[in-house]
Amino acid sequence: MAEKPITDEKRVFMTGNEAVAWAALAAEAEIMYGYPITPQNEIMHYWTRLAPKYKRKFLQTEDEISAGFTTCGGVLAGKRAFTATAGPGNVLMQEAMSMAEMMRIPTVVVVQQRGGPSTATVIYSQQETTLTCFGGNGEGLRLVYSTSSHQELFDYTIKAFYMAWKYRFPTFVLGDGYQAKMRESLYLYNPIEKGMPLAESYPFLGQEGRPGVEREPSHLRNTYNTEEELYQIISGYVEDYERMIPEVVEYQVSDLEDAEIVVIAHGIVSRAAREAVKVLRQEGRKVGYFRPITLRPFPTGKLREIAPKAKKLVVAESAQGQLFKLVQEALYGETVPLEPYFKPGLGITGEELVEFLQSNFGQ
Amino acid sequence: MKGTVKIALAGEGGQGVQSVAGIMVEAANDEGREALYIPNFGVEQRGGVSLAFCQISDEKVGAPKFRDADLVIALSERAVRRTRQYVHKDTLFIYDSSMQGIEDELPRNAKKVLAIPALEIAKKELHPRVFNIIIMGAAIEATKIVEMEQAKKAVEKRLGYKFAQNPKLRELNFKALERGAELVKESLA
Amino acid sequence: MATVPKMPKSWRVETKPHKFCPGCGHGLVLKALGEAIDELDIQDRVVFGCDIGCSLLAWDFFNVDIVQTHHGRTTPVMVGVKRARPDRICIAYMGDGGGYAIGAQHLVNAATRNEKITAILVNNCNYGMTGGQMAPTTLPEMKTETTPYGRDVEETGYPTQGPEMVAAITREGAYTARGTVAKVRQLKNYLKKALQNQLEGKGFSFVEALSGCPTNWSTNAKATWAFLEENMTKYFKVGEVKVPVKEEE
Ligand SMILES: Cc1ncc(C[n+]2csc(CCOP(=O)(O)OP(=O)(O)O)c2C)c(N)n1
Ligand code: SF4
Ligand SMILES: [Mg+2]
Repeated sequence: MAEKPITDEKRVFMTGNEAVAWAALAAEAEIMYGYPITPQNEIMHYWTRLAPKYKRKFLQTEDEISAGFTTCGGVLAGKRAFTATAGPGNVLMQEAMSMAEMMRIPTVVVVQQRGGPSTATVIYSQQETTLTCFGGNGEGLRLVYSTSSHQELFDYTIKAFYMAWKYRFPTFVLGDGYQAKMRESLYLYNPIEKGMPLAESYPFLGQEGRPGVEREPSHLRNTYNTEEELYQIISGYVEDYERMIPEVVEYQVSDLEDAEIVVIAHGIVSRAAREAVKVLRQEGRKVGYFRPITLRPFPTGKLREIAPKAKKLVVAESAQGQLFKLVQEALYGETVPLEPYFKPGLGITGEELVEFLQSNFGQ
Repeated sequence: MKGTVKIALAGEGGQGVQSVAGIMVEAANDEGREALYIPNFGVEQRGGVSLAFCQISDEKVGAPKFRDADLVIALSERAVRRTRQYVHKDTLFIYDSSMQGIEDELPRNAKKVLAIPALEIAKKELHPRVFNIIIMGAAIEATKIVEMEQAKKAVEKRLGYKFAQNPKLRELNFKALERGAELVKESLA
Repeated sequence: MATVPKMPKSWRVETKPHKFCPGCGHGLVLKALGEAIDELDIQDRVVFGCDIGCSLLAWDFFNVDIVQTHHGRTTPVMVGVKRARPDRICIAYMGDGGGYAIGAQHLVNAATRNEKITAILVNNCNYGMTGGQMAPTTLPEMKTETTPYGRDVEETGYPTQGPEMVAAITREGAYTARGTVAKVRQLKNYLKKALQNQLEGKGFSFVEALSGCPTNWSTNAKATWAFLEENMTKYFKVGEVKVPVKEEE
């Protein structure tokens, strides 16, 4: 085995894309398949520089359809395989991810969201929330981690491999163009030294032994003959998914005790939300903070516990209500009013959220 | 002074805005402080205004971009127009005095608007190439985000390989940092 | 290069200077195309589609109707327009990534069906817009952002020979050629013939243009031309690959 990419924990100052490349190395990802697209390009750029040194592989495919399916192929062959994409690339990737969902292929995809629909901007947005959670002609049986910092990009990229292989649902790390391109500090570490388990990978195809003689052949199918048959399969998957929920769902909260208004945000926007809550608390405002880290599955239980105690929930996102819909669904039946703060494709600053929240307290 | 210092730097491509931002945040990071830097980027940045957002703090920085800057440095007319939106009542707004007839474009809501002759000094006293380092000196003096010594270390880290070939460059760059700081000190005195 | 070039009539003056990097070959290809449009006097019938890639920077380049499509999808969009409005002259303008990688299936199928459109593909040996990754046309051993140690043909195959491939899969009536921005007059003639072919409804027409990307090649003017004229033309042969069968034959 080649030397370890990271031995001792160390503080570094780098871009999010670089952090993802290091995380994939640290998680002992074996192969990356990918197609260039801004703002995730540098994940590939770092990976192509680092990978040969640590005996890892890379293939640049002809597009994202291919990147998604080659990733499926790599996983079927038993390797910790991943890809990264954004925007229109994420759209194309969904075909392969539908197959991964149906065939329970533990793929890992890092998404650095950019403006949409279509080519739109190469910069930033949170408009790939619905797509990443529910893309494809299926039920959204996926794990989606929405990160908000470089440390989280590192932590959750490592975790994504483990969770994908543990539960066999396609797993996504949902970042964005800001996280991809900005620089900030984080700690790189070797997860094994921290006692964190590595994803246990195994082949679905191409196992040792003569098929039909020494072992059962792998016959993996993706087509069913009857409605009943399909229904049974999907129901089994849904059961697995629901059993998994309490074990994987993650969120972050603060200042909830006496909060009259709770601001809900995910990903990078949660940083503006935290900033705003801090400022307003200093002004004596009773404002709290809730951030889903897993968007799929959504931390419904926690949100339903918080909601009745608040007078109002403010949902802030760089999209036209994609998080809002998840919140609405989670809170079905609750009467607490929801206040939208939607900026599709536009960054949200702490300052503007402070003002918006103040106006909601009614000066 | 509040916890996080927010700086917006803007200029034309080639004025070295991004490298100054990069060196500054690295200097702060090396001092163990929290720093965040994000450049603007897009499909048509060639020919567009180059903009850098930097934040430096003692704790983790919040949102990567901001509305209200503590310091804005604008190095071209287009940069002045582009950065007005980041100015508020506590902003120190610095621009290069070589710009002519820009008065009407300058923000009126800033705490203070300062013109500094960085370009002139770069050309006459030092070298046009260290224009951006003068700007860095000015930014550091205006915000005190890092000690001058730390700034020099960061410049050394970034440009050390060039200094090794030509030690005079080290002196030139350090001088530029100090001159930049002086310009601000004099104007604010 | 620094002289003020005479603008083709079909260029849109209001959007000049254009948005490409200084020294970029795209501007020269579009100059040749502008002249070809002028000489054929078809400005009022042209519908121009540009891809995502640096070709997108041409979205307001001409005084003709233009649509910027998706990366790799300009060929099918233009096919759709042409099928609906056969009287229009449809031009699909794309990069080598757009045409030979993500849009390869469209190029192949449009060619196979002998669609009466003109596809123009700018070969600059890399993905320009996204900052210089490997393209299907990247030369062996060439360093790019995703081949930092040089393109290894064992791993990634050999550069795509586009016009040759299109020639192989098209029937009589198709036109394919490879020009270069180093010979703008010749390139203009190829483009003119390609458009003429569409005008006459003979078949698919395809022109690849060898072009410089000084920004991602990190080359100065001299080195850009040297790379174009030596390295690229050694691998990619300039000339007509397939011309429609003459009537008298
Ligand atoms: C589906 C999709 N994938 C990826 C991208 C990102 N992308 C934009 S331009 C481009 C490549 C451009 O290269 P090329 O087609 O060779 O054109 P050039 O810029 O070199 O002229 C890529 C990969 C995208 N916009 N859409
Ligand atoms: S990046 Fe290359 S292809 Fe794109 S405009 Fe610049 S020189 Fe031209
Ligand atoms: Mg190209």
